[in-house]
Amino acid sequence: MAKEGIGAAVRRREDSRFLTGQGHYVDDFNRPGQLYAYIRRSDRPHARIRGIDVSAARNAPGVVAVYTGEDLAADGVGGLPCGWQIHNKDGSPMAEPPHPVLALGKVRHIGDPIAVVIAESKAQAKDAAELIAIDFEDLPAVADVRAATAPGAPRVHDDVPGNVCYDWHIGDLAAVEAAFARAKHVVRLDLVNNRLIPNAMEPRAALAECDVTGNYTLYTTSQNPHVIRLLMGAFVLHLPEHRLRVVAPDVGGGFGSKIYHYAEEAIVTWAAGKLRRPVKWTAERSESFISDAQGRDHVSHAELALDEEGNFLALRVSTLANLGAYLSTFAPSVPTYLYATLLAGVYKTPAIYAEVKAVFTNTVPVDAYRGAGRPEAAYLLERLVDVAAMETGIDRIALRRKNFIPPEAFPYQTPVALQYDSGNYEMTLREALKAADYEGFEARRAEARRRGKLRGIGISTYLEACGIAPSKVVGQLGARAGLYEVATIRVHPTGSVTVYTGAHSHGQGHETTFAQIVADHLGVPYEQVEIVHGDTAQVPFGMGTYGSRSLAVGGSAMVKAMDKIIAKGKKIAAYLLEASAEDIEFADGVFRVAGTDKTKTLGEIAFAAYVPHNYPIEELEPGLEETAFYDPKNFTFPGGCHVCEVEIDPETGVTRVVNFVAVDDVGRVINPLIVEGQVQGGVAQGIGQALLEHAVYDANGQLLSGSFMDYTMPRADNLPSITVGTESTMCTHNPLGAKGCGEVGAIGSPPAVINAIVDALKEFGVKHVDMPATPEKIWSIIEAHRPRLAAE
Amino acid sequence: MPQVSLKVNGKKVTVEVEPRTLLVELLREKLGLTGTHIGCDTSQCGACTVHLNGDSVKSCTMLAVQAEGAEVLTIEGLARPDGTLHPMQEMFREHHALQCGYCTPGMVMSAIDLVNKHPEGLTEEQIREGLEGNLCRCTGYHNIVKAIAAAWEIMHGKKAARAA
Ligand code: FES
Ligand code: FES
Repeated sequence: MAKEGIGAAVRRREDSRFLTGQGHYVDDFNRPGQLYAYIRRSDRPHARIRGIDVSAARNAPGVVAVYTGEDLAADGVGGLPCGWQIHNKDGSPMAEPPHPVLALGKVRHIGDPIAVVIAESKAQAKDAAELIAIDFEDLPAVADVRAATAPGAPRVHDDVPGNVCYDWHIGDLAAVEAAFARAKHVVRLDLVNNRLIPNAMEPRAALAECDVTGNYTLYTTSQNPHVIRLLMGAFVLHLPEHRLRVVAPDVGGGFGSKIYHYAEEAIVTWAAGKLRRPVKWTAERSESFISDAQGRDHVSHAELALDEEGNFLALRVSTLANLGAYLSTFAPSVPTYLYATLLAGVYKTPAIYAEVKAVFTNTVPVDAYRGAGRPEAAYLLERLVDVAAMETGIDRIALRRKNFIPPEAFPYQTPVALQYDSGNYEMTLREALKAADYEGFEARRAEARRRGKLRGIGISTYLEACGIAPSKVVGQLGARAGLYEVATIRVHPTGSVTVYTGAHSHGQGHETTFAQIVADHLGVPYEQVEIVHGDTAQVPFGMGTYGSRSLAVGGSAMVKAMDKIIAKGKKIAAYLLEASAEDIEFADGVFRVAGTDKTKTLGEIAFAAYVPHNYPIEELEPGLEETAFYDPKNFTFPGGCHVCEVEIDPETGVTRVVNFVAVDDVGRVINPLIVEGQVQGGVAQGIGQALLEHAVYDANGQLLSGSFMDYTMPRADNLPSITVGTESTMCTHNPLGAKGCGEVGAIGSPPAVINAIVDALKEFGVKHVDMPATPEKIWSIIEAHRPRLAAE
Repeated sequence: MPQVSLKVNGKKVTVEVEPRTLLVELLREKLGLTGTHIGCDTSQCGACTVHLNGDSVKSCTMLAVQAEGAEVLTIEGLARPDGTLHPMQEMFREHHALQCGYCTPGMVMSAIDLVNKHPEGLTEEQIREGLEGNLCRCTGYHNIVKAIAAAWEIMHGKKAARAA
């Protein structure tokens, strides 16, 4: 292994700028003559707008313009498009109500944007926004997904009856019913997957300018600048793409929330064109809480049928998914193809049926948040398996082992569409149990008991699917986009390399890991490789970073482009070395006539290609630069085992995670330091979901947890040290063998935590605790059983 | 408009500010020191942490005019002029204690103050408690805690920077 090649724990090169304050996030950009936008948002969950009076705001000091939804509509600005269409059980398309950039006639959630004030300073814009007088007629609102589907519920969109966006299903219902009919045990569980607020630490921001020739540039906090350019250019503002440059520079975390095309991007770009001055908008955190797409929010009923020995016979799931007030860009895909298709998990359950009703409510739109659908599936399944163990009396680990898809069964076709290429669930289970000293747990439980504490241990053996693909298949499933990735490899005349990747780094460290891949593959010194991303003016059309796809899809595109470089290099070398191209070998940056000492370095080949004096010019173009688009053949399937150990203080109900072990199969590891960091960060978010975080709305749609004072973000003292191990099987269908590691932490951990809590409370006969398992919830459970405890 | 004079990263500056301008706005907007970040509007994330007369403060909780006569140190002023990183910066890099980098400047400034104030030593628990005012959404804090423990060793002379 080269010092900085694949597998080396290289320290990140991007850190030098981040550690010295030299990072360049969107809000750090300022353009000459820049104006500031402030958005007046709805403070009503649901209301008709009878009138908007902007005259006072328009006359306020420093104000340059005030625009409402009517102004945008009059100028032909379109609504925000949805990138995925789901079909109902009966084959009809989902309801797709309009999503105006600024409200038209009605507001549907707290935070719905109504008007924008553009002024010389931020303070002036904000002051003036207060002066906008809006005549609201309040309408009844609904926030809870169950309430929204009840008869007589208020309608979020007048033309969407019952608030149902779609009523979708997957699987073989008849086979499932037959299996349930002959089952020895049927286990049932109702569970809620709590709504979360992503809260990347950098609030969203957008800065747009339009030059004298009508060319636009938008700097935006995005995970996928090309997708924004396409959606905004083609569907919202009708700007030709060649005149619209979108730059996503350093971005301070995304976790899904920065995938989507948001209203503010369109607002500042449109306004910059109208005013011919740069316009900047930066979210205040309280705006992030009511305008960034939120995550999760499922209510499910699940049933598992087992035979006498504990073999899973069938799984039946019914889920209500809250979509919020409007369809965010990829929202429809989350509770369907990113969720129900994962319900086989790591188990060979032969029959599965799931139905999902996606529902509009008067809440902030919901879309993908770290894991997106897959945490919901893993949580449901891993809780259900623990309940099955409890109710059948079979040990929870033995029950899992009995039902694992065995390593020799790959490729394995699940009953819910996916075909897994590789995995070894026994291996990750075994290693995780070992690292967590599972054997020694009962002694620790007894010791804790002597200290008056309730100790529990929980495991989850989860599966996820990443790098969603191929484009043709996702197109059939309703995606309105392709899901390939692109890379251009430019070998410079002196042999150094610049890579232009369509993936985007907002914390993942691509500048380091991608350079490691190139150093490894082309044998170029690591220092001589530079990675460029996040600028549509530089990078070919790429799809960006989400769903743990950067390495598996983006990295594979790089390998494919490098292979083209090597193939061309071989022809050049053959010419220079007077051999046939078939006889040229390439290794460690050197082209060699096989079995001889006749060689040319990559640098020499590059130089010959750019100064083609002695060059096969008849058959080869000069230059050494290749672009490849890589469309994966399948998803990748990381998986693994998380073990969580908790201690509960029965006096206060406070749960402390005292040990956490994650052993994940992420396929090929490029940089173990970064993989560990990704897993630790994901686990922190998963523990956050399980114990602390909850976006709470009251029945009328008021967000009660609208700041860091009410929404409990995990802090350093809420979290344990996290032991991370990787035990990899290789992905069989991409050239790197990579599966992805960005989301495993957030997917595997919530069920491990709740399983541990239920285990700690097992003497009380507790079957389930909904997330977040707050001290109040736990304390109430313990209190309810106190009389019995005292009696014993 | 009122004027405020202060020393920022060793340099004397005098700037006109509105009375309501926050210290963080002065740094970012008037002085172009964009390394200090803003992550919230309720003084809870610590992304804006700087040193004021040697102590860490959240620069979003202070008016610029309150910094009259003060010495402010921001992330930009931490490394030596020759580019040598402060041991805390060095250990953050060594232990992969940052991902997106957004919380990092505030985290580093808080961590230095924490280590300075505990020459007697810092347990993992104390480090975690000491970071109560700083949010990081990326790292899960695990590596931040490790980095701070390692920097403590160097800053209090128990270990040479390079050997850590
Ligand atoms: S910006 Fe100062 S604490 Fe959040
Ligand atoms: S590194 Fe991203 S918030 Fe801390």
